[in-house]
Amino acid sequence: MTGLNTTPNLGTNASADDLYQKLVALHDGLSEADSLRVWAKLVLILANHIGDREVIEQAIVAARPVAAA
Amino acid sequence: MANIPGIPVYKEIGATPAPATGGGADRARVVIVGAGPVGLAMALDLGRRGHEVVVLSRLDFIAHASKAICFSKRSLDILDRLGVGDPALAKGVTWNVGKVYWGEADDPVYQFDMLPVKDQKRPGFINIQQYYIEEYLLDGVMKLPNVEVRWGHRVYGVTSKDDGAELAVTADDGGVYTLEAEWLIACDGARSTVRDLLGLDFEGRVFEDNFLIADIRMKHEMPSERWFWFDPPFNRGKSALMHKQPDDVWRLDFQLGWDIDRAAAIRPENVEPFVKAMLGDVEFEQEWYSVYTFQCRRMARFVHGRTIFAGDSAHLVSPFGARGCNGGFADVDNLGWKLDLVLKGEADEGLIESYNDEAITTADENILNSSRSTDFLTPKSTASQALRDAVLELARDHAFARPFVNSGRLSTAVHYPASGLSTPDTETWTSGVAPGAPVLDAPHGDGWLLDALGDDFVLLTRGWQGEAPAGVRLIEISGLAAERLGLGEGGAALVRPDHYVAARWHTIDPAAVDAALKRAKGGMA
Repeated sequence: MTGLNTTPNLGTNASADDLYQKLVALHDGLSEADSLRVWAKLVLILANHIGDREVIEQAIVAARPVAAA
Repeated sequence: MANIPGIPVYKEIGATPAPATGGGADRARVVIVGAGPVGLAMALDLGRRGHEVVVLSRLDFIAHASKAICFSKRSLDILDRLGVGDPALAKGVTWNVGKVYWGEADDPVYQFDMLPVKDQKRPGFINIQQYYIEEYLLDGVMKLPNVEVRWGHRVYGVTSKDDGAELAVTADDGGVYTLEAEWLIACDGARSTVRDLLGLDFEGRVFEDNFLIADIRMKHEMPSERWFWFDPPFNRGKSALMHKQPDDVWRLDFQLGWDIDRAAAIRPENVEPFVKAMLGDVEFEQEWYSVYTFQCRRMARFVHGRTIFAGDSAHLVSPFGARGCNGGFADVDNLGWKLDLVLKGEADEGLIESYNDEAITTADENILNSSRSTDFLTPKSTASQALRDAVLELARDHAFARPFVNSGRLSTAVHYPASGLSTPDTETWTSGVAPGAPVLDAPHGDGWLLDALGDDFVLLTRGWQGEAPAGVRLIEISGLAAERLGLGEGGAALVRPDHYVAARWHTIDPAAVDAALKRAKGGMA
């Protein structure tokens, strides 16, 4: 299977809520600059794990605001 | 006395009198404007091939300025081909390893080796002051009776013609003359007079940052490596670089930021705190201080009829990656053999168009890499700053992040995968050197393969001793050399005079070799 998966892939609502909460908590006590860096680290870690340039580039396109695309 | 005040002198030469033209025009087959490293290397390449060359130098001396210092393996291979590699190696500081530091940490977050493939004649890099390279090239040029360097001669007018160019020249002795050239090669640097006089474009990005170069002289022990710092304690929020040069000279490079007083920045009392913060309380002498900004620009075309641009006159890059002078030598290497064939009538003038294509490929790769390095070094937004710092933070602990660390992607030979001179592979190759890439050096006989290639077209074969086409030398290789080219028994590779592979075969076919040779000389579009 190739290409970016944009269908629900992380389980139940409860599971999504839990992950959401962890992403919020990741920034607890951080300045905006540090927070931005943590986001960037997370993106790099996940991108490396995915390891598929095509998927990552599709994700970059999907993430961009429509007006800026 | 140097003819232009304000430029430190490495070597006085003295002005050359204007030629006695008896009222008519002076003539030369090839005129090169500029006697920097690129102009002199160009003169040496064409001169060694027997052509009559006149070089015009605005200065009447070799300048003692701090310019290029990092010469790549590829440039050393080119200097070897031009017969001046040995003095450069003997004088230069050899290095292969670069280390990148971040913040206070004593251990590098990342390091790289510029010569991952060993058993080659030359190292990944040497550091050596540009004026030494100019001196060695000039020594080579002076041995050639067919090359004349005219010192203190300035070009003030250029007219392009179908069959060449006409130059208006003034000499320091007050003489004014017309010089007619069949071919004009502009190697006159970033502020090229020839480019300006012809009103040609020069487009690209200007980067808004200032860097301080402090070349200092001191006794200091440090391995011969390139050391680069992001956000070090001695230059918070910015970068720094340290390189060892011959003669106990060290290049220190400090990022300063955009909004600074450039004149104040190079006053000794302002430079000294930077040096002492970096190195501690050391004794040192000032060699050369300057502040530079940089641009990544190139001309839309490098060939304008019979006027050809090479080096900084054609393209400029940031210094991170050592792609300036090394890029200029790549131009020389690419143009030399092509112009040689055209001057001898052995190739159509259209072959020069392939210089335009290949040199632009090189320039674009250099500009791309140096722009990317600059964007990593000097993030332009809070988001890109965060991304940069995220990479550095991750690189400490995770190998996956280290390839993202970009303190300059150092110059290596550029490949021409789409070159019209190459014959594309028709067989399957799982190893070796593809058409459009340079031959990888290896031990050969008692010496080295690249030395054996020399200045000519060469047919490299393994286990085949037939006849090569006219004008092509046959060299039989074995062992590591053949392995690196991916050649099995009966295999062959046709190599251009600049050591790029033009075509290759698992089983040599003389008719195919003839066709590939014709194509490599521009015989097929």
